[in-house]
Amino acid sequence: MATDVLTGSDDPGRTAPAPTPRRTRRRGGIRSAEATAGWIFVVPVVVILGLFMLLPILMALWVSLTDWNGQGSPFTGKVPLVGLDNYTDLFTRDGLARQNFMTSIRNNLYYVAIVVPAQTVLALFLALVVNNRMLRGRSFFRTAFYFPSVTSSVAISVVFLFIFANSGAVNRLLELFGIDGPQWFADSRGVLHILFGAVGVDTPPASLTGDGPFGLPWWEWLSGPSVAMCSIIILVVWTTSGTFMLMFLAALQNVPESLEEAGRLDGATRWQRLRYLTLPSIRPTLFLVLALGVIGSWQVFDQIYVMSQGDPAKTTLTPAYLSYRTAFRDFEYGSGAAISFVLFLIIIVLTLGQRWLLRERDSGRRIRRPRRRGRETGRRS
Amino acid sequence: MAVLTEPGPGAVGRSPSPEGRRRPRRNRGPGALATSFAGYAVLVFFALVFLYPFVIQLGNAFKTEPDAAANPLSPVPSVLDLSSVQRIFEGTDFPLWLGNSTLVTVVVTIGRVFFASLAGYALARLRFSGRRPVFAVVVAMMAVPPVVLLIPKFLVLNQLGLYNSYAALIVPLLVDATGVFVMKQFFESIPVSVEESARIDGAGTFRTFWSVVLPMARPALITVTIMSFQGSWNELPHSLVAVQDPALFTLPRGLADLVSGSLGKGNQYPLKLGAALLATIPVAIIFVVFQRYFVRGANEGADKG
Repeated sequence: MATDVLTGSDDPGRTAPAPTPRRTRRRGGIRSAEATAGWIFVVPVVVILGLFMLLPILMALWVSLTDWNGQGSPFTGKVPLVGLDNYTDLFTRDGLARQNFMTSIRNNLYYVAIVVPAQTVLALFLALVVNNRMLRGRSFFRTAFYFPSVTSSVAISVVFLFIFANSGAVNRLLELFGIDGPQWFADSRGVLHILFGAVGVDTPPASLTGDGPFGLPWWEWLSGPSVAMCSIIILVVWTTSGTFMLMFLAALQNVPESLEEAGRLDGATRWQRLRYLTLPSIRPTLFLVLALGVIGSWQVFDQIYVMSQGDPAKTTLTPAYLSYRTAFRDFEYGSGAAISFVLFLIIIVLTLGQRWLLRERDSGRRIRRPRRRGRETGRRS
Repeated sequence: MAVLTEPGPGAVGRSPSPEGRRRPRRNRGPGALATSFAGYAVLVFFALVFLYPFVIQLGNAFKTEPDAAANPLSPVPSVLDLSSVQRIFEGTDFPLWLGNSTLVTVVVTIGRVFFASLAGYALARLRFSGRRPVFAVVVAMMAVPPVVLLIPKFLVLNQLGLYNSYAALIVPLLVDATGVFVMKQFFESIPVSVEESARIDGAGTFRTFWSVVLPMARPALITVTIMSFQGSWNELPHSLVAVQDPALFTLPRGLADLVSGSLGKGNQYPLKLGAALLATIPVAIIFVVFQRYFVRGANEGADKG
């Protein structure tokens, strides 16, 4: 970096080489004017990012070690310092805090386990269909599938509240098939519990009533997402698959057509071509979509806030919503901040995992790179 | 009509002029026809799944409450009823939310576009010590999940004495790392020679940036504008922690409040759907007009939840 500034050798043809001594790189000459301008240009970004992203993280880290209740400033001596108590409350100490937190973790685990595969498969499927060169009106359909992704999550949630209402559209549709739909947002039963019930296991077997990991009984860990959560899952899959479809589409359009042709000539079935030709060629995108999906799924907030606020029976509580609720409704800012840091950690680990995985795949990639011509080439309607 | 006169369902996929030249790809016999028919069936089914909720929303916003409760699936009101629309404007704070949202969105969008292009340009072209660390920070910030910043942002706004003000709604959103990244990538694709001739003509750094390079960056500017517009118009969590005063509510906040708060859980669906519809319209218009820029934004590695 410093050498760049000193010599400027990478910018040929620059005017006025300014034969002044190189030491004085801070004053005089085009280089230093450029350096000043550079800093002036990035100052707003640096200040705002620093002030509203970096600094807050440090402040919150501090608050998570205190018992601040929102009165006055958390940075005076009057606020009781509790050390790691807020964290141990979440993991090791028996109590409501841990119970809520573990319930939210369970809910979110089920949520991720369903949303991510569902949205990925649906997005890939839609992309494959829309990418079919024989079909007309592809751009219309692409637009239709993507439209929910750009609209307000709050507005969409309002619509889905109506659609999933007790006498709403979904239950009317189910009625047509002779199914008596549930009261979606009031039903706290876990779907796995319902399934167990269907095979005659209504009450937990004795082995599962005992405490499971982190104080939550095994039977509770094994509940599956609640019916209420399922409606939110449906909403989210519906909203997000459009975005991911576009990402798949961009990747698919970079796959050379000749590859598909060759596969066809060799007599590969449709499924084989997908499995052995298409999927390997879009593997980086596949990983990216999976990773973004997992990362996004741990942050679900808007829909929960609008549709259920964690109800019924805490089955739609997620860590993101729980941290908000703990801080801004129960005024336990320390505990809320601790929850967001644990969530932060989860997401950072996932992000690093994704980077690492992508790096592995990129270096281990096999042939068929040469045909790629940058990401932009495939864009067409 | 035209479809009915065609020989069979599979023919829908054919080119509109039946005896026109056939491209070889279109002519693979019954298998291909069946495939393209299945393709259309799938597309139409999913188009319905993805669009029908909006149809339901539109239809039910203009129904009476009993009608909406009795026929939620029907897209057409049995009696066109505009009373809920009227109540949106007279019985709720909707006009206020609309005003706040417009103000926030306009200022945030202008700010983001301006700051993102300044910083993007500096990071792409200007040599200054600290450029690399700054860029590293920007990239790192792209990975910070917004949801975990809720309490932290509240703390800073509180400490700075900005809590519960327009500044709290606007300033933290003025800069977003993704926009900076997009602009930087774009500026790097503009040939250096353009700036050099401007320099030779005696333009300063800002002048070169403002009158020469920025106009060339139009596509990227539109992308960032649209991402910012859409993002700030739809933003809920930030407004939850930035303000408390109902006079400062933005549309998403007001809408959320309407659903969960003041009107209670019970019904009033035509009203709520209508308000949600009105909140969707601006983004919908922008989306239809600038569709391909949305597409570009999505492929920039967007971080949608």
